[in-house]
Amino acid sequence: MAKEIDLYARQKRLAWFLITPSVLVVLLIIAYPTVQVIVYSFMKYKLDGVTPPSFAGIDNYAFVFSDPDWWHAVWITVIFTIVSVILESVLGLTVAMVANSKFKGRTFLRVAILVPWAIPTVVSSQIWKWMVNDIYGVVNIILTNLHLIPQKIAWLATPATALPVIIAVDVWKATPFMALLLLAGLQLIPKDLYEAGSIDGATKIKQFWAITLPLVTPTLLVALIFRTLDALRVFDIFYVMVGGQGNMATMAVYNQQQLISFLDAGVGSATSVVILIIIMLFVVLYTRFSRTSFE
Amino acid sequence: MSNAIKEADTKAVPVRVNSATKETDTKTVVLRILFYLLVAVIIVFNLFPFVWALLSSFRPSSELFSTKLLPTQLTLAHYQAVFKDARFVAGLINSIIVAGCTVLIALGLGSLCAYALGRLPFRFKGPVLYLILTMTMFPTIAVLSGLFVMLKTLSLFNTRQGLIVTYLIFTMPFTIWVMTQYFRSLPRELEEAAYVDGASPLKVFWDILLPLTVPGLVSTGLLAFIAAWNEFLFALTFTVTDTMKTVPVVISQFSGSSSFEQPWGSIMAGSMVVTIPLVILVMIFQYRIVEGLTSGAVKG
Repeated sequence: MAKEIDLYARQKRLAWFLITPSVLVVLLIIAYPTVQVIVYSFMKYKLDGVTPPSFAGIDNYAFVFSDPDWWHAVWITVIFTIVSVILESVLGLTVAMVANSKFKGRTFLRVAILVPWAIPTVVSSQIWKWMVNDIYGVVNIILTNLHLIPQKIAWLATPATALPVIIAVDVWKATPFMALLLLAGLQLIPKDLYEAGSIDGATKIKQFWAITLPLVTPTLLVALIFRTLDALRVFDIFYVMVGGQGNMATMAVYNQQQLISFLDAGVGSATSVVILIIIMLFVVLYTRFSRTSFE
Repeated sequence: MSNAIKEADTKAVPVRVNSATKETDTKTVVLRILFYLLVAVIIVFNLFPFVWALLSSFRPSSELFSTKLLPTQLTLAHYQAVFKDARFVAGLINSIIVAGCTVLIALGLGSLCAYALGRLPFRFKGPVLYLILTMTMFPTIAVLSGLFVMLKTLSLFNTRQGLIVTYLIFTMPFTIWVMTQYFRSLPRELEEAAYVDGASPLKVFWDILLPLTVPGLVSTGLLAFIAAWNEFLFALTFTVTDTMKTVPVVISQFSGSSSFEQPWGSIMAGSMVVTIPLVILVMIFQYRIVEGLTSGAVKG
């Protein structure tokens, strides 16, 4: 008995000892900079090394909220998020259901869908940028050869064509992730439900609406929130594909430009706080939906 | 009898035919063809851009900048050019060092923490795990200016060490979360027997549990490595000189020496050098990666 209590005490001591380093690291690299960002967001803080930082009240927030470029970036980000997340859900569920059926070459399909996921986003962006190149791009060559477009299109030159291309890249890259999560969800559905369904004479389509969709919805919601969070902070694809163009900035691109191009840590931080609040709202949503058990 | 029904049912799954009613053979065949067509579309859509980039990386520039669709000759010239490019080679070395060190630190500290959270009594377990899960989704853009100033103050701006420290933001919480799930899934009996024999908690961790979590460490480490290898925002913001940039930054900034047109051959060759090791790793560890990716997101 005494030995057991002794062991319990030792385990508890060890737990503290093992957790502390990680907690310290996380505090240093996440908590501390976050607090700093909040502080900077209320300061006039130029990174030119000349002007000393000074208190600015809500000036930075006022600047961001009255900047049409910011609202344009919000607009671009929102459109991008909604369209890409919807497409990724629909396509992801389709791919997951295909990968969940039994057929020859299933393993190959599962490996094939991991390829776009493994490719670095910068690389995918460059690959697609090359594919939609205005003169030598394979997309233009194929489309003109098939006479689907009268002449070659400079896809990335205007937002009207650049945004669909960028969404296509994101869909290409993120659908595998969505499909894998949904596949894991599909595999949790008991097989006998479908057997019972067939015996009762329900068609496959009816079985999809009555069994598959309702039972995969919890996984779908989690995957949706994951993807939404990622899409809201999108940076790499936009930066690489349409980097220089102000009319195609997302919230994250706007934020990075304030900091690096305009060396304004005050406005940059205020933008970060706004983005953080938007994303935190989604995290709360996520934890509400998932109800993961912790104990 | 029940076996026969089962078999008929599983066979019917891909073609979405109701096995309970009699279907004509033609309909089954048509549906099967449509199904395989869908499979083909999925595979082509997923692989085409990669295959096209691979093909482009072997085509001579004269062919690359023409409207010919298929190659008539192949060359290694772009790969030679890329490996002669000092910026690219430096980027490759920086990426290996940064991603490698990040993973080692994240796994080292993270798995200790995960052992405590998954196996030892600890009062604030619930809140700590909740916090870690939240942090796995932390948007890195939100601390950009804070980290920028912090790195400048600590003289870590434009250094590999600076990148390694900041990369722990997205690798540590992820590692702790996945490894905690892993430690939890191990059977209790193993350590209980060892405790009866008088082993200390640390010995139990080191001798019994750690060897069992090697598969988990491999998959978690691989996912963390891929995340660090692919990272762009921090690398772009916190490095300025060519000697410190990581390879994604180098690839994003590739430009020709004279050019009207970007050096697409070199960009594609560089892209392939960066990507092919990952694709091979993913193929080898396919099963483990899927397991690591979906851990925590899907629960029974």
